[in-house]
Amino acid sequence: MFQKMIVIIISTILVNNFVLAKFLGICPFLGVSRKTETALGMGMAVIFVMTLATAITWLLQVFILNRFHIEYMQTIAFILVIAALVQLVEMVIQKTSPLLYQALGIYLPLITTNCAVLGVAVLTIQNEYTFIETLVYSVGASIGFTLALILFAGIRERLSLADIPESLEGTAIALVTAGLLSLAFLGFAGLVK
Amino acid sequence: MLAAVISLGGLAFILALGLGVASKIFAVETDPTVEAIAEVLPGANCGGCGYAGCAGFAEAVASGQTAPTECKAAGSDIVAQMAQILGVKIEETEKKVVKIFCQGSSDNCKSKFLYEGVFDCRAAVLLGGGYKACPYSCLGYGSCVKACPFGAIEIGPKGLPIVDEQKCTGCGSCIRQCPRGILRLLPISQKYYIPCSSKDKGKAVRQVCQTGCLACKLCLKKCPNQAITIENNQPRIDAQKCSGCGVCAEKCPKKIIQLASNG
Repeated sequence: MFQKMIVIIISTILVNNFVLAKFLGICPFLGVSRKTETALGMGMAVIFVMTLATAITWLLQVFILNRFHIEYMQTIAFILVIAALVQLVEMVIQKTSPLLYQALGIYLPLITTNCAVLGVAVLTIQNEYTFIETLVYSVGASIGFTLALILFAGIRERLSLADIPESLEGTAIALVTAGLLSLAFLGFAGLVK
Repeated sequence: MLAAVISLGGLAFILALGLGVASKIFAVETDPTVEAIAEVLPGANCGGCGYAGCAGFAEAVASGQTAPTECKAAGSDIVAQMAQILGVKIEETEKKVVKIFCQGSSDNCKSKFLYEGVFDCRAAVLLGGGYKACPYSCLGYGSCVKACPFGAIEIGPKGLPIVDEQKCTGCGSCIRQCPRGILRLLPISQKYYIPCSSKDKGKAVRQVCQTGCLACKLCLKKCPNQAITIENNQPRIDAQKCSGCGVCAEKCPKKIIQLASNG
């Protein structure tokens, strides 16, 4: 049991990193990676929302979709729940903690359309995880996302000072860098069977 | 089929109801004047006002902590709009624009060594105090260009920055980035300025730069309005006293005193 948790954590953070190995959540990965500060803010928001959303979608799958045999409605139901959840969380945070709300800022609503969140929710069902395993999986996945985002932001901060050929400036060099980073993470393959 | 419609419909209904109730419970009252002011602000988040972006400034203005004129980037029309929202009268302030107080392009100013490091003035200045022989000279790597939120500065053909006075709002973002401190704000009506920042004595300046001010004090003596003062070997023109007669530019032995406005 304990061993399996460790394997899940390591596998989601390093081996099957959601951004660099599964290529989910690429748009925030490219969009909010210009500064490490904002990358960290986005990462924290994702950790929070992803864990909460996956827990709720797992309950939804087991207690509603499976019970009424409408598993084929999974995607629609999950999107519905995630979108509503993010809205609710945003409202609660805005009221209870304006400081946190300002820190997360635009990133909270952005997560609504983050495919990594939906991806984790669907994958935990496909992998037939228990509730605890689901939680561990989603925490690991979001930490992996944050790690990739911060590493990438650090590299991009350096790149912004470098003398880059004009034709490669901006998104072009960012995509090349993302590819190299993804290759680097490929080195972790084989760490977990 | 029926089960899918009912369960998903029910789910959506519950969620909608929940969100509706939550939006009432967790409603945050926002000040409409803050939003109205934030709407008219330039939105460049340049930080020239000293607040964290335009939203922070809008809040400060609405609560009376600061005046609308403190927004350096706003033209008189925007300030007038803010005044209208707040219901107060604003005195006109003169627009200021940034000037580069250096003419030491690489033709005019000697180099100490060939610099091949990071393409940024703040990095270049760390290596031996910059590659140019004059320790007050423009390094020409365009930190000010990158800092300008309005795209008003570009590096000219001589390797020195050129300011587009139409676009410059006088927010001072570039001034905060320049490691040499050779950018200064001047009132737009000022006719002449002396583009040199050297604090060295005449002999030292002459050795490194052809367009450096030697602090010979000729302009100070010849000015009919006593508008020029010299401090730390740097002459300055007082915009209030300067009549724009041009005697100083004529008498300057190095001919470095220039017309300030290029229009």
